[in-house]
Amino acid sequence: MANTAHAHAADAADETRRDFLLHTTAAMGVVGAGMMVWPLISSMNPAADTLALSSIELSLAGIAEGQRIKALWRGKPVFVSHRTAQEIDEARKVNVAELRDPQTDQVRAKKPEFLIVVGVCTHFGCVPQGTASTEVRGEFGGWFCPCHGSVYDTSGRIRRGPAPLNLEVPAHTYINDTTVRIG
Amino acid sequence: MSTEKSGPTGKSAWRKAYEWHEARLPIVSWLDHSLGTKYPVPRNLNYWWNFGSLAMFMLAVMIFTGIFLAMNYTPHVSLAFDSVEHIMRDVNYGWLIRYMHANGASFFFIVVYIHILRGMYYGSYKSPREVLWWIGILIYLAMMATAFLGYVLPWGQMSFWGATVITNFFSAIPGIGQSIVTLLWGGFSVDNPTLNRFFSLHYLLPFVIVGLIFLHIWALHVPGANNPLGIDAAPADKIPFFPYYVMKDVFGLGVFVVIYFIAVFWFPNALGEPDNYIKANPLQTPEHIVPEWYYLPFYAILRSIPNKLLGVILMFGSILILFALPWLDTSRVRSGNFRPVFRIFFVTWIIDVLILGWVGSQPPEGIIPTIGLIGTIWYFIHFAVILPVVGWLETPKPLPASISQPVLQAAE
Ligand code: HEM
Ligand code: FES
Repeated sequence: MANTAHAHAADAADETRRDFLLHTTAAMGVVGAGMMVWPLISSMNPAADTLALSSIELSLAGIAEGQRIKALWRGKPVFVSHRTAQEIDEARKVNVAELRDPQTDQVRAKKPEFLIVVGVCTHFGCVPQGTASTEVRGEFGGWFCPCHGSVYDTSGRIRRGPAPLNLEVPAHTYINDTTVRIG
Repeated sequence: MSTEKSGPTGKSAWRKAYEWHEARLPIVSWLDHSLGTKYPVPRNLNYWWNFGSLAMFMLAVMIFTGIFLAMNYTPHVSLAFDSVEHIMRDVNYGWLIRYMHANGASFFFIVVYIHILRGMYYGSYKSPREVLWWIGILIYLAMMATAFLGYVLPWGQMSFWGATVITNFFSAIPGIGQSIVTLLWGGFSVDNPTLNRFFSLHYLLPFVIVGLIFLHIWALHVPGANNPLGIDAAPADKIPFFPYYVMKDVFGLGVFVVIYFIAVFWFPNALGEPDNYIKANPLQTPEHIVPEWYYLPFYAILRSIPNKLLGVILMFGSILILFALPWLDTSRVRSGNFRPVFRIFFVTWIIDVLILGWVGSQPPEGIIPTIGLIGTIWYFIHFAVILPVVGWLETPKPLPASISQPVLQAAE
C-alpha cells in the first residue's frame, strides 16, 4: 500500500467506524430478509376464502333419539349425537376429578340431549368410530379411535388410550330449537 | 497459452477444440478429478460400496419419472386421484412411469438403508468423516420428507390419513403446536391448499437432495473413501476410480436394475397399500392405517410410547441420535471386522429395528405395544450405552499394517 503509515495512524478510529457500518448493514440485511420471509410464511396460513367458509348451519330436526350423525365443517367431521337419557346420565355421573382432561358434561353439552363435538381424535387426528350404531364405540359407549386405540365416553371425553384431550366442542349457537350454527 | 505455443504437435481439430474449451471451463478435468482417473480409491472395496452410486442412480430415476408424471398430474383434491388413474390407464406408458416412480421410492430406500448400514458396520462415520456422515443423515431426512409428500399426491385414503397423522405430530408441541399444524395445512384440515403445497415441495426437495449430494461427495473427497479394513489407505493401496470402480458400479447397477424391474413389471403393488386405491374421504379413517414400509420402525417407536409428546420426541430422536454417532461410538477401530463384541451388538440392533418394523405394521393390540416398547428401549440403549461402553471395554483384533500386507503375507 502507498500510504501505509497514514493508514496505521488512523487504524483505531477507522476500525470502529467500519465495524459500525458493517453491523448496521448486516442488521438492515437481516431486517430486509425478515420482511421478505414474513409474507411468504404468512401466505401458507389459511386464505381469506378458507376463513370465510368457516361456519355452517345444521338442522337437528331429523336426528332421532339415540342417533348420531356426521357433518362436514372446515373440512373435518363434526359429530352430533342426540343422546338417550341413559347416555346423558352416564356422562353426568362421572367423577370429573378422575378424568385426564377434567370437564363436566354440563359445560360440553349446552342442551343435554345434543352433544356436538369435532370428530377428530386429539391424538393424531383420525376420525373415531362410533357414529354409526354398527361401529365400535369402545367401553365407555362413546367413540373409539382405531388408529392408536383412544376411547371416548358419551360426552366425547378421553377416557383411555394415548389422546391427551377431550374431543373438541366447536363454538356453536342455537339459532332456534332445531337449528344450530357451528363456527 | 502454453498448449498453443508448443508448436506443431499434430493435434486433431477435436483435441484443439477440447483444449480450447477446457482452458475456459475445465469441466472434464473436474469430472476426472471427482469420479475419474484422478480420484484414487482403496483397492479393497467390496460390493457393499456399490450402494452409493446406486442411490445416485435411483435419485436420477425419481427425478426423471417424476417430471413426466407431473406433466399429467393435477394437484387438486377433486382431480388428483382421477389424474393418477388417468396416468395409469390412458397416458402412453403412464403405468410404467408411475410404477417406476412408486416402486422407485421403495428401492431408493432399500439402497440407502444398505448404504447407511454399510457405514455403520465399517465405521465410516468416524474421524475424519463426521461431516460426510452428517450430510448423509440430512439426505436421509430430506428423502423421508420427499417420499411422505409424494405419497400424499395420489390422494387415496392412505395419502389423506397419512398426511393427517404426520402433520398432527407437530400438534404435540406445547402452546404453538396447533398453530403450526394450521400453517402446514393452510386451513383447518388436510385439504386443497395442503395438496397444492405438498406438490410444490415434492417437486422442490429432490433438487435440494441433489445439492446435498454434491456436498456429500465433496466431503468424501477430502479424506477419500473408507474401506472394509477401516485403516487409512496408503497411496500404493489405491487405484483410480475410472475405469476400475466405474466398471464395478456398472456391473452392480445391471444386477440391481434387473431386480428393480422385476418388481416394477410383476409385483408393482406388493409394497403398496390397497387402501390407497380408494379415494380420500375426510369423514372416514381406514380401519388400520399404516405408513409405507420404510417408516415402520419409527412409527412403532411413536406408537409404543403412551404419551403423545414423548412419542414424537423419541421418534424424531431415534434418527437425530445418528448425528451423535461418531462420538457415541468410542472405539478408535473403524471396521466391525476387527470388533468381535461390536459385531454381536450390531446384528442385535438390526434385528431390533426389524422387529420394530414388524410392530409398526401390526394393529396396536395385545402384546404388540409391549414388544414395541422393549424394542424402543433397546434401540436407544444400543446408541447411548452399548456403543460407548463396548468401545471402552472391547479388545479389538490386531489391525494389519496396510491394505496389501495381509494379502502379501498370505502369498509368502
Ligand atoms: C427423492 C426423490 C423422490 C421420491 C423419494 C419420490 C417419492 C414419491 C412417492 C412415494 C410417490 C407416491 C407414489 C404412489 O404411490 O403413487 C410420489 C408421487 C409423485 N411424485 Fe415423486 N418422488 C421423488 C421425486 C419426484 C420429482 C423430482 C418429481 C417431479 C415433479 C415427482 C413427482 C411426483 C408426482 C407428480 C407424483 C404423483 C403421481 C403418483 O402418485 O404416482 N417426484 N413420489
Ligand atoms: S389418532 Fe386417534 S388414537 Fe391416535
